[in-house]
Amino acid sequence: MQRISIDPITRLEGHGKIEIFLDAEGNVANTYFQIPELRGFERFCVGRPIEEMPLLTNRICGVCPEAHHMAAAKAADAVYHVDPPSVAKKLRELLYMAFFFTDHTTHFYALGGPDFVMGPDAPVAERNILGVIHKVGLEIGGQVIQARKYGHTVVEMIGGRKVHPCTAIPGGITKGITEEQRQEIENMGRWAVAFAEFSLKLFNDIVLGNKAYVDLIVGDTYYHRTYYIGLVDENNRVNFYDGKVSVVAPDGERIGKYAPGEYTDWIAEHVEPWTYLKFPYLKKVGWKGFVDGKDSGVYCATPLSRLNAADGMATPRAQEEYERFYDTLIQAEEEVYTSTGPTRVVHHRLATHWARLIELLYAAERWVELATDPEITSPNVHTVPKEKPTEGVGIVEAPRGTLTHHYWTDERGIVTKVNLIVGTTNNYAPISMSIKKAAQSLIKKGTVVTEGLLNMVEMAFRAYDPCFGCATHSLPGQMPLEVTIRDAEGNPVDVLRQFC
Amino acid sequence: MSTNGSKPKFAMYWAASCGGCEIAVLNIHEKILVLDANYEVVFWPVAMDTKYKDVEAMPDGSIMLTLFNGGIRNSENEEMAHLLRRKTQYLVAFGSCACEGCIPGLANLSTPQQIFDTAYQTVSTDNPQNVRPQFTWTAPEGDLHIPAFYPVLKTLDQVVPVDYYMPGCPPESHQIAAVLDLILAARRGETSLPPKGSVIGAGSTTVCDECPRQRNVKTITRFTRIQDVAPVDPDLCLLEQGVPCNGPATRNGCGARCPRVGAQCIGCYGPAEGVLDYGARLMTAFASVIDAKEPAEIERILDGIPDLVGQFYRFNLAGSLLRASKAAWAAQQAQQED
Repeated sequence: MQRISIDPITRLEGHGKIEIFLDAEGNVANTYFQIPELRGFERFCVGRPIEEMPLLTNRICGVCPEAHHMAAAKAADAVYHVDPPSVAKKLRELLYMAFFFTDHTTHFYALGGPDFVMGPDAPVAERNILGVIHKVGLEIGGQVIQARKYGHTVVEMIGGRKVHPCTAIPGGITKGITEEQRQEIENMGRWAVAFAEFSLKLFNDIVLGNKAYVDLIVGDTYYHRTYYIGLVDENNRVNFYDGKVSVVAPDGERIGKYAPGEYTDWIAEHVEPWTYLKFPYLKKVGWKGFVDGKDSGVYCATPLSRLNAADGMATPRAQEEYERFYDTLIQAEEEVYTSTGPTRVVHHRLATHWARLIELLYAAERWVELATDPEITSPNVHTVPKEKPTEGVGIVEAPRGTLTHHYWTDERGIVTKVNLIVGTTNNYAPISMSIKKAAQSLIKKGTVVTEGLLNMVEMAFRAYDPCFGCATHSLPGQMPLEVTIRDAEGNPVDVLRQFC
Repeated sequence: MSTNGSKPKFAMYWAASCGGCEIAVLNIHEKILVLDANYEVVFWPVAMDTKYKDVEAMPDGSIMLTLFNGGIRNSENEEMAHLLRRKTQYLVAFGSCACEGCIPGLANLSTPQQIFDTAYQTVSTDNPQNVRPQFTWTAPEGDLHIPAFYPVLKTLDQVVPVDYYMPGCPPESHQIAAVLDLILAARRGETSLPPKGSVIGAGSTTVCDECPRQRNVKTITRFTRIQDVAPVDPDLCLLEQGVPCNGPATRNGCGARCPRVGAQCIGCYGPAEGVLDYGARLMTAFASVIDAKEPAEIERILDGIPDLVGQFYRFNLAGSLLRASKAAWAAQQAQQED
């Protein structure tokens, strides 16, 4: 049987190229993770009317257009100094929760999950969504399709389209929802909560119930001590749509929180000549290269990062799962007391899969909260901007990391400059480091490089759910992964390629 | 996917795309199983791990249907277009990028130099040495290569002959399901396929024909921007409300999704049947609703459209008669001469 995935994200790991160099001994000397394309959205959005940015930047990524749509709309609000009516913000967030639910479901069942449900060294033909369905039952496969369908249904109801939504505009959205639609959205949301609960139970039974997997998660191969960032609300709970970005050090200390407009005080991007993608880092700490630790500005922005950067989840069941997550992965004596109180930080990259499911539950619970909000059917969905447009920043959490859109306009609201720091881009340095570490610990002198071993290297970056098509504003395509192994003289020893 | 020699072979490929076309195919939901049951999927990077060399090894013309999405942004994209053309009986330009360049085609207004200068000198980029990605760079351990991109983004039919066009950004899922059924029905001899070069999976008139909004007044005295008037009148034609809606020039088939939710059509389904140049058609449509006779008055009304090239060539610049700016063309010529 050939491999089938229903997850387009597989391709988004994509268009990456890994070069592994071996030293004279046959051990790994260095690795380069190259991103080979660039599209230039920051250039060609100049000259366009500000209200088109939520429509144009959608086309950066067809997998997470909702994230770009929302970040762009928020940046456009800021450009006009307009605060949309609360129901408009709630409808945007409701659409966004349904999107997050769909996206995280897809990742767990089709992309990241198969490594655990089937086992990391299961035959490649079984290590996919169909393998998962065979193992957990066909009925579950149907539910996964249903979960994606419900998510897209809500996106379409509020956003007008299933792919590339069109309703968010400066000052709010173009249209509200009816009571009939609200009821339908609520019903689907309740189903989504149950599905998320089920998914966590599945993870608990299959992964946490298996000592070998737990050892893999807490082992050294997939461990990095970096900074973490993530959007939080005023109570420092995880939020996907709004708030400030919390920055937490490797020892768990919160070194600060920044509002969207302050991002350039905190984040800078480093350029290397061998790749099109830039490497963001914490400006206050500085770029020290591809290294771990408190002195290196390398940070991470993922589901795991968001949990680490927050003090908890804003919905009750997700909060319980959050507690269980840290109780399980951190021994009490490891708990660090810092100036910002007791904090717990998990550095095991494979735990990102678990963190993603906790976020799945949060998204579903928040979906129901918003669908049952008394004002959600209010027709007051837009505030006409009155102030002169200038400059603005919009930040949301994309499933794959903090997404920042920054626009400048002239007095007519025509875009004059654009800066984008996109989800996965945040994680380019840590992903590169994870690949190098996994390669170094798995490829040793005399090792036969097998497909299974390649998959173990791949698992290092699959945990990040990377979306390089999106991250680089570059073009996804052709070859999701190509690994070239070279000897000390730089001659290729072996080339391994795969599409997903 | 099962292997059965009697089933027609299916392929789907992305070149310079966002992935939304693949999502649109996956969004046929349960019908994906119909695809699996009736086609042998031989190449689809998003879904399976067939490699290039496997495609190269297939007999020429052995794939019955290839849905090719994405524009041609670099030489790799073009090589894949030639390879799949050779292997495929019916090559479909799938989605706006392959058909007409889509939003990434707006890059044709800039030179590669301008695109690079922007990307690597943004406000958050710390790049005092002005480092640029190098197509070949010598690392301490050896040479590293990244592909060079074409100065001008091309549509699929600008590099290989195309059998059918399926427009949309992305194509609507129900249209995709219908096209898959159509090909199967034609194969069984129950129907015949339209002439080569036809647009399939879409209508033959304009978005206005599918739009439930009423058209009454016919003329306007000013254009307005959506954020200045939203929420718009739910029943009246957007153009008549002054919102520059691209419906009159845009092919139907989407169900007028955007106008239905109070957002203007932005033209993702491309030119309506028989339209040679989308922008020219839209200009004619706009001109016909402007109620003014004095040049100054006409000027004032047109000032209400602040971005002419974006308004009239938003999705189709690369596939239009214009194709690119003079500077981008010059860069393209220079690269070809190298």
